[in-house]
Amino acid sequence: MDGGSMEDAMVGGGYTDEPHVLAVDDNLIDRKLVERLLKNSSCKVTTAENGLRALEYLGLGDEKRTSLEDNVSKVNLIITDYCMPGMTGYELLKKIKESSSLKEIPVVIMSSENIPTRINKCLEEGAQMFMLKPLKQSDVAKLRCNLMNCRS
Amino acid sequence: MEVGQMQRAWVEYTRSLFREGFLDAQFQQLQLLQDESNPDFVAEVVSLFFEDSERLLADLTFVLEQQNIDFKKVDAHVHQFKGSSSSIGAQRVKNDCIAFRNFCEEQNIEGCLRCLQQVKQDYYLVKSKLEALIRLEQQIVAAGGSIPMEELSS
Repeated sequence: MDGGSMEDAMVGGGYTDEPHVLAVDDNLIDRKLVERLLKNSSCKVTTAENGLRALEYLGLGDEKRTSLEDNVSKVNLIITDYCMPGMTGYELLKKIKESSSLKEIPVVIMSSENIPTRINKCLEEGAQMFMLKPLKQSDVAKLRCNLMNCRS
Repeated sequence: MEVGQMQRAWVEYTRSLFREGFLDAQFQQLQLLQDESNPDFVAEVVSLFFEDSERLLADLTFVLEQQNIDFKKVDAHVHQFKGSSSSIGAQRVKNDCIAFRNFCEEQNIEGCLRCLQQVKQDYYLVKSKLEALIRLEQQIVAAGGSIPMEELSS
């Protein structure tokens, strides 16, 4: 067990034992569920209820504050619902991929609807994975393996 | 009732809820997420579901009472309700929402009103069943027992 390496582990987007995931979903129940699933897979979780809040957390809000850059280097994965009022998950994905500071962060899109054109659109825009809701523990395990452990 | 009896009652009751289609496999996923470090997870999520659902039902009732029904709004609410009922494993409610969305698309007022009645009925039914289930779980835990989740897979 490494002593005192939590801070070290969190810096520079490094893949660690406790990756930091930003989960975005307008549905309260889904936020609670995804949070629990991720925490059960040893992830640190921050939730946001919409795209704007997510972007603010990541430092891309209307007011660019340099102190928020700390949040950016700490987020190892963004998982977002597709259907959200205001900014959709797809629009959020685009904003992230257009940002020089954020584009390397893998983005996973979730949706309750299995629509091939939707899935392709997201994958083409750079989404790492598309997952069908409701999420189960096995989905998150797969996610963790594909995106985090395997890349470190 | 002693703990063993309560545990058996819990198993039977849970099985019946799955058998009768009130709950589906997703509810089991929620139960699996509950452990010593999160002993109230299911009760918490279920409680959020109740609050959320009652708000959605009130909004749906309001929108459908208007002279000119905004079907986009109806669909948005039903979509939310379908999402949360699906995430919690409330199968009948979820299926009612699927039918509801079809009537929304067709802008079928009669169909929508019937669906609203149906979804309300099924929601209140699953609500009372979930409340009973959680009460039973709390009694088991209060009596020093644990909830025999593993019995469900047998």
